[in-house]
Amino acid sequence: MADQKFETPAFREYREIPALQPDSMVHLQPFVAKPDHNKPLDFPGELVDNWEQKAVEKLGELLEKNKALRVYLDSCVKCGACTDKCHYFLGTKDPKNMPVARQDLLRSLYRRHFTLAGKIAPGLVGARDMTKELLDDWYKYFHQCSQCRRCSVFCPYGIDTAEISMAARDIMDHIGLGQKYCNEIICKVHVIGNNLGLPQPALLDTLEGLEEDVLDETDVEVKYPLDQEGADVLLVTPSADFFAEPHVDGLIGYGKVFHQAGINWTISSYASEAANFGMFIGSYEQMHKISNRIRQAALDLGVKRIVFGECGHAWRVAYAFLNTLAGPWDFLDPKYPVPQHMLEVTNDLIKRGAITLDPEANDDKVVTFHDSCNVARATRMGDMPDGQFIIPREVIKASVNKFVDMDPQTIHEKTFCCGGGGGLLTDDLMELRVKGALPRMEALKDVVDNHGVTHLAAICAICKSQFTKVMPYYGFSMDMVISVHQLVGDALQLGAKE
Amino acid sequence: MGAYTVNGNNYEHDEEGYILDVNNWNLDLAKVIANDEGLDMSDEHWEVINFLREYYNEYQIAPAVRVLVKAIKKKFGPEKGSNKYLYELFPYGPAKQACKIAGLPKPTGCV
Repeated sequence: MADQKFETPAFREYREIPALQPDSMVHLQPFVAKPDHNKPLDFPGELVDNWEQKAVEKLGELLEKNKALRVYLDSCVKCGACTDKCHYFLGTKDPKNMPVARQDLLRSLYRRHFTLAGKIAPGLVGARDMTKELLDDWYKYFHQCSQCRRCSVFCPYGIDTAEISMAARDIMDHIGLGQKYCNEIICKVHVIGNNLGLPQPALLDTLEGLEEDVLDETDVEVKYPLDQEGADVLLVTPSADFFAEPHVDGLIGYGKVFHQAGINWTISSYASEAANFGMFIGSYEQMHKISNRIRQAALDLGVKRIVFGECGHAWRVAYAFLNTLAGPWDFLDPKYPVPQHMLEVTNDLIKRGAITLDPEANDDKVVTFHDSCNVARATRMGDMPDGQFIIPREVIKASVNKFVDMDPQTIHEKTFCCGGGGGLLTDDLMELRVKGALPRMEALKDVVDNHGVTHLAAICAICKSQFTKVMPYYGFSMDMVISVHQLVGDALQLGAKE
Repeated sequence: MGAYTVNGNNYEHDEEGYILDVNNWNLDLAKVIANDEGLDMSDEHWEVINFLREYYNEYQIAPAVRVLVKAIKKKFGPEKGSNKYLYELFPYGPAKQACKIAGLPKPTGCV
């Protein structure tokens, strides 16, 4: 792919609002899903004949099912608080990437068909009919939103642009205009069990290889079990953890923690995926089907607990929806929350003294932490408010001596998306991914220049892959990105307890 | 969508240049794809391509980056056994760019 013609944005001297460049991203859209990617998901293979009418009908159906959507579409007062909060707007300067403008793409159709003023005097209230021009804008700009919800933090009415973007994608899927990246991947999950399409023998080979490597490095026989019936813990982790760098080092870390704590665990080949792209395309049906693979695996293997590995949106689906999507979980051990995050498990073990870490093992590193959008703004960890910010940092600080946070305006609930979330981690959107990473890269540059930060730790497979790919555009080395559980694994004291 | 033309034969590929039928792969086609990618293929490049194909034949998926790194390390020594070295060979990513030349489907997901 040597044909990429775009400029990496320059770091801004001051964090001013960029001057608008209308239509600067109008040329960019992801590949459209083919009939083979749509039909297995019960979507029309290609754009249906009466798509204008079908789109309006589907919107009506969503409004009936999702009252929040109607509130979001009704309540915007155009105050402008969201306009400069989106990383894609800051990186692309395209006014249609302002959250309010993105929302208005759907809101204008809503007003035309579902409000009195829009039915009587559409021109006065920004109401529009469904046209090819509007649909084109939907496909482009609802795929330039990573559903990270940063704008919602600043909206005085709490309007959730992610919900609007999910609804728009759901409508597009139902008229036969799906996005290839997401739909192809969901098809793979249904057939093989994970986004990558790793069959059971490949998983087994990978995990055996990890056992050999860890034995070589540590002289300890750490196991990475697959499909082990009767294990206590089912670990559900993104399939990138089996495949990509630096993800796999995180998986090695989980295994070391379980080993040292004496926890009997397993991975399931049937549910070998934590990610749930059903959320990205706004489909409850797909979210439900994908989640139920986890339920089935938990029943088949007879586990007592379910633990999720480092995956941002997976934790949102798990934390917020797993019970309603795939519950009740009355067959699991009631002593433990359902589900648990791997970071909660590790943090508890550290606090109880059940595992010992030597942070000197990471003395070659100065680490900062990227809060993943879905973890930060849609979930919690532990039993205290803000646990999703506290626990990852506690675990990192137990594993390294030198930790520095980035600018407060870019962390915790105000964290910037990595630029590749929400189903946009695809090569056909590389320009958007590079430009959207600008605010995070600026915050990183501050701590690199002023505090000597050497590593950016992350807890999401998408963030890790996105950073690995886009950081070189900004002059950073791709191996600055590190899994939190690699830090843990490297600091963990393996072997007999004293 | 389009096709590579090699020795008078057409090989269909997807939007990004991955051939549609893995079984159609041959060395001349690989050279054409590599050329399109702007790569000057060395022995090390071909070693990666061959390993990918062998692994795919056994497991119906490209190997994890770690597995690939290990294989290259074994063959060419520790100084070449790193993810970074693989990126030097295949600047667009060992998994994706090398898979394209090896005629394998593109790895999908959060990678």
